[in-house]
Amino acid sequence: MISPKLVEVGRHLNVNIITNSEIKSVEGEPGNFTVTLVNHPRYIDPVKCTGCGECAMHCPVTAVNSYNKGLDDRRATFIEYPQAVPLAFGIDTDTCIGCGLCENMCVAKAIRYDDTERESALTVGSIILAAGSQGYDPSKLDFLGYGKFANVVTSEEFERILSASGPYRGHLCRPLDREEPKKIAWLQCIGSRETNKCGNGYCSSVCCMYAVKEAMIAKEHAHGDLDCAIFNMDIRTFGKDYEKYYLRAKDKDGVRFIKSRVHTVVEIPETGDLTVRFVNEAGEILEETFSMVVLSVGLQVPETSKILAQQLGIELDKYSFVETDPFTPVSTSRKGVYTCGVFQGPKDIPGSITEASAAACAAGSDLAVARGTDTKVIEMPDQQDVTAETPRIGVFVCNCGINIGGVVNVPAVTEYAATLPFVAYTDQNLFTCSQDTQDKIKEKIIEHKLNRVVVASCSPKTHEQMFMETLEACGLNRYLFEMANIRNQNSWIHSKTPDIATQKAKDLVRMAVARSAMLKQLNEKVISVNKQALVIGGGVAGMNAALGLGKQGFQVALLEKDASLGGYSRMLHHTIEGGDIQKYLKDLIADVIAHDKIEVITGARVVDFSGYKGNFTTSVLVGPENKKRTIKHGIIIVATGAGEYTPKEYGFNQDPRVVTQVQLGDILEEKGAADLSSVVMIQCVGSRNEENENCSRICCQNAVKNALIIKKQNPEANVFVLYRDIRTYGLMEDFYKEARNLGVIFIRFEPENPPKVEPAAEGMMVTIKDHILQKNLEIRADLVTLSAGMVAEDTTELCGIMKFNRNPEGYFIEAHVKLRPVDMPGDGIFLCGTAHGPKLITEAIAQAQAAASRATTFLSKSEIKLSAITAQVDTEHCVKCLTCVRSCPFNVPVFNTEKQVIEIDEAICHGCGICAGVCPRQTIQLNYYEDDQILCKIDALLAGGM
Amino acid sequence: MGSDRGKTSGSVMVVGAGIAGMQASLDLANSDYYVHLVDKLPTVGGMMARLDKTFPTNDCAM
Repeated sequence: MISPKLVEVGRHLNVNIITNSEIKSVEGEPGNFTVTLVNHPRYIDPVKCTGCGECAMHCPVTAVNSYNKGLDDRRATFIEYPQAVPLAFGIDTDTCIGCGLCENMCVAKAIRYDDTERESALTVGSIILAAGSQGYDPSKLDFLGYGKFANVVTSEEFERILSASGPYRGHLCRPLDREEPKKIAWLQCIGSRETNKCGNGYCSSVCCMYAVKEAMIAKEHAHGDLDCAIFNMDIRTFGKDYEKYYLRAKDKDGVRFIKSRVHTVVEIPETGDLTVRFVNEAGEILEETFSMVVLSVGLQVPETSKILAQQLGIELDKYSFVETDPFTPVSTSRKGVYTCGVFQGPKDIPGSITEASAAACAAGSDLAVARGTDTKVIEMPDQQDVTAETPRIGVFVCNCGINIGGVVNVPAVTEYAATLPFVAYTDQNLFTCSQDTQDKIKEKIIEHKLNRVVVASCSPKTHEQMFMETLEACGLNRYLFEMANIRNQNSWIHSKTPDIATQKAKDLVRMAVARSAMLKQLNEKVISVNKQALVIGGGVAGMNAALGLGKQGFQVALLEKDASLGGYSRMLHHTIEGGDIQKYLKDLIADVIAHDKIEVITGARVVDFSGYKGNFTTSVLVGPENKKRTIKHGIIIVATGAGEYTPKEYGFNQDPRVVTQVQLGDILEEKGAADLSSVVMIQCVGSRNEENENCSRICCQNAVKNALIIKKQNPEANVFVLYRDIRTYGLMEDFYKEARNLGVIFIRFEPENPPKVEPAAEGMMVTIKDHILQKNLEIRADLVTLSAGMVAEDTTELCGIMKFNRNPEGYFIEAHVKLRPVDMPGDGIFLCGTAHGPKLITEAIAQAQAAASRATTFLSKSEIKLSAITAQVDTEHCVKCLTCVRSCPFNVPVFNTEKQVIEIDEAICHGCGICAGVCPRQTIQLNYYEDDQILCKIDALLAGGM
Repeated sequence: MGSDRGKTSGSVMVVGAGIAGMQASLDLANSDYYVHLVDKLPTVGGMMARLDKTFPTNDCAM
């Protein structure tokens, strides 16, 4: 999943990657900082290095492979992993003996033994700190035996063990004897939620989920029945749909979850097995033996990041996360410096990506006047039309140093290519991807009037775009290019049989040449972008999204269905950190209304919608008079929000003494806690049940927040929280701890045995079975507070009109849960706030800023170039069977009832080719992958006589 | 350089090239800002590039 992003940053014209470097100092003002960097030596020139790997192959020194967490070896000359960006090796001078072999072997002359530490300077307007985290080192927790017993590993090490590129090639083995384990235990909260030994009082937020994942994947890899047990205090699967994942592991995959505290891990010397001694909920001390123990280590800010913060003058909190305000989640204490990811606080990947976009929004907003002043643009010459010309194909065969040339007889392949039909020129290169070879290819295209190019080298995944750009740079259409992968799919796997490899390279080149002759030039449609934005929903998320866009200089129409702005936040008083929500809301509304780029349209109802990215048209009825307005806009941000669930449980709405957390918040705000003597809170009301399997994420902190207010105002009052798992993730764990210290009593219950609530002589009587005492407890309460979950706003009508996809709970579905948490599947449409899933106000603000950033990537351009790889229908031969309409995952093909034809709009077609594949009459063709262009390759292969 | 621009730079420095740093860089670069992406390691990718699969889809992290 991360590979395409690596390639994108690696190839982006406007991203300058500076590796092996650290910040020395930052001077100046927001908008104009001068940064001094220390560039550590790499000893291999990343510009010259082609990543062929000859240096490492000949390096005689064995070093510990830190990428695989020390579970295997690498050479002193190394690259971390095959997909690394930049794809350049480096020398680890701690282990290098300076023998000079790599320098002798490097054909690209990239080795620089005399490389030294340098300093360099940058001028930038904003700074984003995304310094990340490291796993907690459990060596000092001696009772766990890490570092002493070989089969006790950290979760980071276990990730590498499971990985196909890991030390055991993805085979499930334990380190001691490389035997497959039969029983594995995961111990949770190692380096988290503990202040005595490790000092990390916070919850790392991700370990429960990754432990569940590791257990599930381990079971998949195992050859027999693998027993997986996760020892935990609470299972914190609070993210969107995470509870479903946990239930799948528990109920379907049979992963065991044991509520316990682990006392010690001891090795049985004869077998290498490990005995885990633990205390269960009933207080009994038990022992169980496992073949392997995985320590679920928490996230921790590394020392280097603390130094970085010091150099920049950024305030950190007591755990060394960047100090931020609940209402400005990505702003640091220094103006113009922003933060995101785990350096901001413990969080998972979607949360980090969301915050990264939010930080980009904030950093960009400050520099909006200078947008485009530092960026580079490549001017491309006009394209020549070669449609009428006979194909003249140039074939460039790559040696890839000796990666290909050391196995395949490259001169023979080049000679052979010259004999193929339409081939007008052939050449071989040491490294076809190098910059000087690009210049040479351009020269040859012009000199020999080539109108097609074939490169026989490595993978199109990493290099196709670059070669296509070389074609464009000399006026040739980029789609007149074809690659043959004679390295990854040939020389690397047939290195022991060079003759066969050479023959296969010839076959692959023959196939590529055949297809090349069939390629057509394709024109990429250019569409204009309307720079106005439409934001649907005027709550905290919608308003922040609108402000984010307004600050970047874009006109925004902000729709709110109610008569006033504010949404659900109007019901809330304080964040758990003490942030005043009503004051914030008042200021926010004032800012939005005062902003000259934002038009607020209240009492608005969407009634019609059409268009595609860059060019949408939405009609709304406004106000009590239902005045119709039509808005043209380039992007959409959906922020329709969610509200509190109205409980059907525990006599709510029948007895005034049963209230929700929001109602309790009102009571505490108005009357305080002075007259409360006993309050019982019941968690997971309307969440984690049959009707709504998911966790509502916010209710545990809500309960803790209100419990703390009661206890602080009235220490005599008794507060009981009846819970299933306490999910005060991240830094909120401190508030949970504080509540316990102040005497709030937490009692766990199982869903099969929920509490009973009945009216009593004085107040209410709550009956609950206590796990520790194994007895029913009766608790009298003045107030029973239900921690009601969140429910998405009813958007049925809106979705009917705008065709947005929602999950069964009514939350909108993002384009990708991990990597695109703010994008909707349709291009130009973004999502934020509780419309995406339950979240805290701080998280909603971050996601709103993120949506503004994602939208800015569209709105900052005047036009968008669409990929030419789209599906085309031959309407004359189409029988209108509608198979394509039913098969398209993006709902692109439509039947035009007027014209009686199937239409595929190239502006929204993703080019996946599914319709072309399923069409029973073959009347749909995918540009660049037409049937003839594929079949000719097969014909060419068979013509060689297999 | 526009007159209203004054001394404002059109570039941003992102420190840390993990998934967060990369996403921030791509958003900014795709919004017409120039980005210097700085990392202390020889390779971008950060912690995510060291994971096997990711929850809740069990997709390969790489």
